[in-house]
Amino acid sequence: MTIAAGTSIKIKKTSQPGHIRTPYYIRGKTGVIERSLGEFKNPEQLAYSLPSSLYELYRVRFKMSELWDRDIENPNDTVEAEVFAHWIEEYNNAT
Amino acid sequence: MPHDGHDHLSSSGHPFRKDNDTPLTYWQLMEISVRELMITKGEFSANEINKQIEIMDARTPANGSVLVARAWTDPDFKKRLLNNGAEAARELGFDIGPMHLIAVENTEYIHNLIVCTLCSCYPRNLLGFPPDWYKTKEYRSRAVKEPRSVLEEFGLDLPAEINLRVHDSTADMRYIVLPMRPKWTHEMNGDDLARLISRDSMIGTSIIDSNP
Amino acid sequence: MNERKPGQSWHDMGGSSFGEVPKEDHDFAIWEKRVDALLVLSSAKGHFTVDGLRRALEDMGESAFENMTYYERWISAINQNLIEAGVYTIQELGDKMVEVKQRGQTYGSAQGSEV
Repeated sequence: MTIAAGTSIKIKKTSQPGHIRTPYYIRGKTGVIERSLGEFKNPEQLAYSLPSSLYELYRVRFKMSELWDRDIENPNDTVEAEVFAHWIEEYNNAT
Repeated sequence: MPHDGHDHLSSSGHPFRKDNDTPLTYWQLMEISVRELMITKGEFSANEINKQIEIMDARTPANGSVLVARAWTDPDFKKRLLNNGAEAARELGFDIGPMHLIAVENTEYIHNLIVCTLCSCYPRNLLGFPPDWYKTKEYRSRAVKEPRSVLEEFGLDLPAEINLRVHDSTADMRYIVLPMRPKWTHEMNGDDLARLISRDSMIGTSIIDSNP
Repeated sequence: MNERKPGQSWHDMGGSSFGEVPKEDHDFAIWEKRVDALLVLSSAKGHFTVDGLRRALEDMGESAFENMTYYERWISAINQNLIEAGVYTIQELGDKMVEVKQRGQTYGSAQGSEV
């Protein structure tokens, strides 16, 4: 089921090795789904020439004040990153 | 064979490097060897390599400038561009292959900046090769944490009232910034407008001057 | 300056602070454009994807990023992927490198005649 744009979500916080396209600085952070991008193959599999299913890919928007502890230039500036569904830990579609 | 150094400037506006007379390096040796092995094994031909080089050489920031200028002068096209950047680029005849493209619009209240913190993803199938600075650890590390400080180094001071949106190309999307059109250009045609739109303005490290 | 958390890979640079952005830019030498073309054509043939290229680049480690140029790292990573895909063997590569090196001491003299 696709997560709706505007939903508040949290990124998984794990730190395993391997080819991962979820940057460290967003892990464990809370953001908002900006839009769903459709389904794509998982780079974690493709990088090792392994077969891959399709996973929903989302753009997620984070506030700078959420991402960083200190020296924040402007708390309402944002970073938007593309995140695969399996890195999204919790959300509530009924917001 | 693709042209590699007899003119003063390349199509990207930078001086050619005269590398053919320099001592062969280990990695150049590997490039020649891998390429020839692949050709020997019938994976592709020398012609196909040359053709691919020509295809990439033809991809320059001017392509993006045409896209932006059209969006400035044609509101319906702009809507289509913001809705699906890749389809809009193909509509203008650009062969961008399978690239996914999202255009993000600068407004009076929003400025956009593009980065790839994990490597150097860039809309190369439209704009050609990225600038070297885009691939540096300095840019990649700071653009998501202190982007305003980075922009100051590029000579762009963003007022605090403007929201800065940084886009990190972590997966299959590629991004182009649609810069704001300054009012003084209102009488200019598409070709003249395109000449104003720099590569850096489509990455977000510069804007089109508000004064002529 | 570049505080990495435990488990944070060297290439995962967002949030580190490496200093002023160097503005120098350069056009690409023909050998670099050929490396780029090699990547496009090899992945089009299905031997590996750009994900494999990135993975190999990451596995080369931070010292490679510091000490090799962009396309030097790319040809190393492309070769790694082609070896893994079985397109040619390590022995074939070694023999070919000896053959090419004998042609001459500059890039111009070493590059093949079929160019």
